[in-house]
Amino acid sequence: MATVDSTVRAGAHRDRGADTAAGLSPYRLGLRRLRRNKAALAFGALFGVIVVLCLCAPLYADRVAHTSPNANHVTETVTVGGVRKDVVSPTGQPIGPTWQGRFLLGADQNGRDIAVRLLYGGRNSLEVGALATLLTMVLATIAGIVAGYFRGFVDGVLARVLDLIWAYPVVLLGIALGTSLALGGISIGPLHLEGNSLLVPAFIIGIVYIPYVAKPIRGQVLRLREQEFVDAARVGGAGPLRIMWSEILPNLSSTIIVFVPLMIANAILLEAALSYLGAGVQPPNPSWGTMISDGIRLIPSAMHLTFVPGLMLVLAVLGINVFGDGVRDALDPRAKVRLEEHAEEASR
Amino acid sequence: MTRFVIRRLISMVLVLFAISVLTFLIFQVIPNGDPAQRMAGRLSTPETVAAIRRTWGFDDPIWQQYLTTMKKIFTGEVISYTQQVNVLDQIWQDLPATLSLAIGAGIIWFVMGVLFGVLSALRAGHFTDRALTVAALVGVSTPVFLLGAVALYFFAFKVQLFPNGGYVPLTQDPVDWLYHLILPWLCLSVLFIGIYSRVLRSNLLDTMSEDYVRTARAKGISERRVLVRHVLRNSLIPIVALWSLDFAAVIGGGAILTESVFNLQGVGQYAAESIHQLDVPPVMVVVMLGAFAVVILSAITDVIFALLDPRIRLTGS
Repeated sequence: MATVDSTVRAGAHRDRGADTAAGLSPYRLGLRRLRRNKAALAFGALFGVIVVLCLCAPLYADRVAHTSPNANHVTETVTVGGVRKDVVSPTGQPIGPTWQGRFLLGADQNGRDIAVRLLYGGRNSLEVGALATLLTMVLATIAGIVAGYFRGFVDGVLARVLDLIWAYPVVLLGIALGTSLALGGISIGPLHLEGNSLLVPAFIIGIVYIPYVAKPIRGQVLRLREQEFVDAARVGGAGPLRIMWSEILPNLSSTIIVFVPLMIANAILLEAALSYLGAGVQPPNPSWGTMISDGIRLIPSAMHLTFVPGLMLVLAVLGINVFGDGVRDALDPRAKVRLEEHAEEASR
Repeated sequence: MTRFVIRRLISMVLVLFAISVLTFLIFQVIPNGDPAQRMAGRLSTPETVAAIRRTWGFDDPIWQQYLTTMKKIFTGEVISYTQQVNVLDQIWQDLPATLSLAIGAGIIWFVMGVLFGVLSALRAGHFTDRALTVAALVGVSTPVFLLGAVALYFFAFKVQLFPNGGYVPLTQDPVDWLYHLILPWLCLSVLFIGIYSRVLRSNLLDTMSEDYVRTARAKGISERRVLVRHVLRNSLIPIVALWSLDFAAVIGGGAILTESVFNLQGVGQYAAESIHQLDVPPVMVVVMLGAFAVVILSAITDVIFALLDPRIRLTGS
């Protein structure tokens, strides 16, 4: 993986001829490259729009749909174009899209408003994705820096633990943790998580992906610690903590930034897979995965139950994936971190 | 060579041991609450729970609990208390469907991945390459269960081209077996085709600028021969390594989602149904044996590669 040093070189090379190129910081150069990548920006904007929509879920539920994500309307009727219709017909067939305030995208078999659940579910999926990514990045960065900096015994222990998580297939580990924690919940020190808490899937996904980020970071720290500026800091009297924090960490920032969007995409996909299986977000909480799981049995008669959350999921993941690819190309033109290598585990 | 094999086997055994400990911890120790109650399932009588606590030894010291659990798993004594079925018997019964899915899909994704990768590299920057790049991105961003659902809707329900899920044993009717498996094979392959074609494309482009390729061209060898004998041959090594790992992962439970969407009645679907009922014993056994399969298959792969390529056994310590 390229250090900041080589990013500058690569950037300067690519921008040769542009007279303002000299003296710009690597991030400026990266930002400039990103701005030229219209496809990445468009897909990033798509993801941004989805995020904003999902954050507005309570507003929509309150002001437009006048319901809540888990409210049942099985026995009620709704007026569409002057005709009164059952929300769920006596044969159990839920209403399709009405294209008006109430039941904009139809109802599910429990008479719940799909559009409201879609937004709340998206909020849950995105929250799980964001929290899991945060957990992965923080723990993986700490583990990677500590292992790479101290080497020896510490590295040996950390590397074995990471290898173990790595050897455990991602989906299987997620399923194992998801099933057992959904039943019992977990206590980490003073923190008690109930089995149906949203934090449980976030915690699981966050743990599962740590080695995929920690390993490359460790490799980079191993190279960084041999560089002159680290020696200079040590000669200047800096202790290990200070060197790790203010000499090594800043040099890892581009790697960390490159990983974040890819990890968010993978976390959302894994959340969907676990929720689909019943080992992720627990009912009645909506998430895109649980909505697909609920709808899939009714595909022949009510395919919108599956296709609507499915489309949102694919658009969100595609958006952040393409944007992440663009960020990587911009910050780290010669990087070996490839989307393909990391995405593969998440969605079998 | 013998030393490499022995070292690799020792590390495999250590990893297997560690995985068994981790599985035990995840299911019996880490979650809050009574393990016997979890094991018994949602609809259980106090008598069942008490019996489970006795037979699984949940009052014993923890190392003895571990030994009891492992003994039960490997001697095939684990019973699903929700369904009153022996878990290992059920797994044996479901294994043919899982193997059929994995082997067929593995062949398809390897052939198509190589084909698309080569096409993409030969037409780098042209329309075919760009179209394949976009297709690969969409493929990587679509969960397989959604893809399966969409495929079933259009090709089994709207146009009745394929059966609506289900599995027919090969020994019973080979044609029907094939007919039922085509959609699941294709859906499971899409993601891998996307990944493999991208990886092979960049490998090919890297290899094409190697000196020995220029030398081969300079000797006057035909372009086709250069491509097949010099470029592709070397670029395929990492792809084959990737394939064997992914194939192991699919056999070891990676096809859970595909199986349950297409109702294939395989080991994965058994696990999926057990998860939905939060039936712990089958999930525990399937997860652990799946992880074991992945570790053992990847050790075998490493040994085979070391036999084929001396560089690996010299540097791969």
